[in-house]
Amino acid sequence: MAISKFNYNSFNVTPVAGNALSFNSDADGFTTQGASSMVLIKTLTASSSGTLSFVDGASSVVLDDTYPVYLFKIINLHPGTDNVEFQVNFRDGSTDYDATKTSTFFRALHDEADSTTALAYRTGGDLAQGTGFQRLNEGIGNNGDQSVSGELTLFNPSSTTFVKHFMGKFSGCNAGDREDTTYVAGYCNVTAAIDAVQFKMNSGNIDAGQIKLYGIKDS
Amino acid sequence: MALSKVDFNNINVTPAASKALKFNSAADGFETGDLGGNMVLLSTATASSSATIDITSGIDSTYKEYQIHFTSIHPATDSTKFTCQFDTGTNTSYNQAITSTFFRAAQDESATTDFGYKTAEDQAQGTAFQTLTGTIGNGNDESCAGILHLFDPASTTSVKHFMGRAQGYTHNNYAIDEFVAGYINTTTAITRIRFKFASGNIDAGTIKMYGIL
Repeated sequence: MAISKFNYNSFNVTPVAGNALSFNSDADGFTTQGASSMVLIKTLTASSSGTLSFVDGASSVVLDDTYPVYLFKIINLHPGTDNVEFQVNFRDGSTDYDATKTSTFFRALHDEADSTTALAYRTGGDLAQGTGFQRLNEGIGNNGDQSVSGELTLFNPSSTTFVKHFMGKFSGCNAGDREDTTYVAGYCNVTAAIDAVQFKMNSGNIDAGQIKLYGIKDS
Repeated sequence: MALSKVDFNNINVTPAASKALKFNSAADGFETGDLGGNMVLLSTATASSSATIDITSGIDSTYKEYQIHFTSIHPATDSTKFTCQFDTGTNTSYNQAITSTFFRAAQDESATTDFGYKTAEDQAQGTAFQTLTGTIGNGNDESCAGILHLFDPASTTSVKHFMGRAQGYTHNNYAIDEFVAGYINTTTAITRIRFKFASGNIDAGTIKMYGIL
């Protein structure tokens, strides 16, 4: 009788959940192969949203020891209110987003009229053992074409030994018709695991845009 | 005889080292190929005394972010800046209005350092090519490399943000760490990117574009 179907355990390779069947490096046998090391976990799309939250275990979000590094991509977030800050905070065991943070924040700017440029540390954007929301970008305009984009990396949020480092970079279209480039970095000074991350504007809603959460494997 | 194990060469496809076994696009047979992922290689361009490297396809609404990785970009002419510009549709003018910032850290091989904003390299609604690096040398081992992020180029609502960081080996033996960011001030979809040196050809190097799902 002709074989019409192969059963998975008919192949001479040890099955690995979620991996594909691949030829080995000598092309003389089978092995298993994983996909990209950068795994999309969740996409949140803003629609006049007060906050956008990624909570481990909710709505298919993974934010635990599955990945050592998590990467948030911020795509064209448009504020409902003019001239606002884009912010983040972290949850460290309770229901509140209030992890203690120490951070740095600096900014470069240049306006469309070519009248102002700057590169400076911004003491108003950093935190010293603060529990408030961390500034990621500032002065974002809410004209129809204005928004902020960038990325935020969170390292090893599930550690119960170390603080949790984060680093971000953002390009924002300022209400004053200028580019505001911001760089933020710091650590959540807690040894409890970070199990949720929340983004918001400091005033008003996130009118539109997306935030994507990725897990980075084996990094 | 009972089937116990399927040997690799019992499958009706030519084995290819380290490639996955996939169903073909018609789902009626096997083929070999790379596995998908969330960072998808879309194109590779290799310079060979090239005046420009143009990416004219693959930039659309499929991905919300594109990353362009440029590696070992070597100029034919000494002391020249690596630059880029953008365009829409099938246009070839590469003259979109850009407002941008540019700053850098630098140190030469004699330990002279520099850090600061560079007003000569930013743009205020400028349509010139955007500087990505300082003046790269054309010594045999001199080149630059970096990553440029382009966010949501297909948007017809928002400006298009970009952020880049590049490392270069300059004509006067500086290590330069360059930070550029800004927005293309148009609500028309961006569909193409041109890279070139401010003077002379791109003698060698590779530019790869990835889509981020």
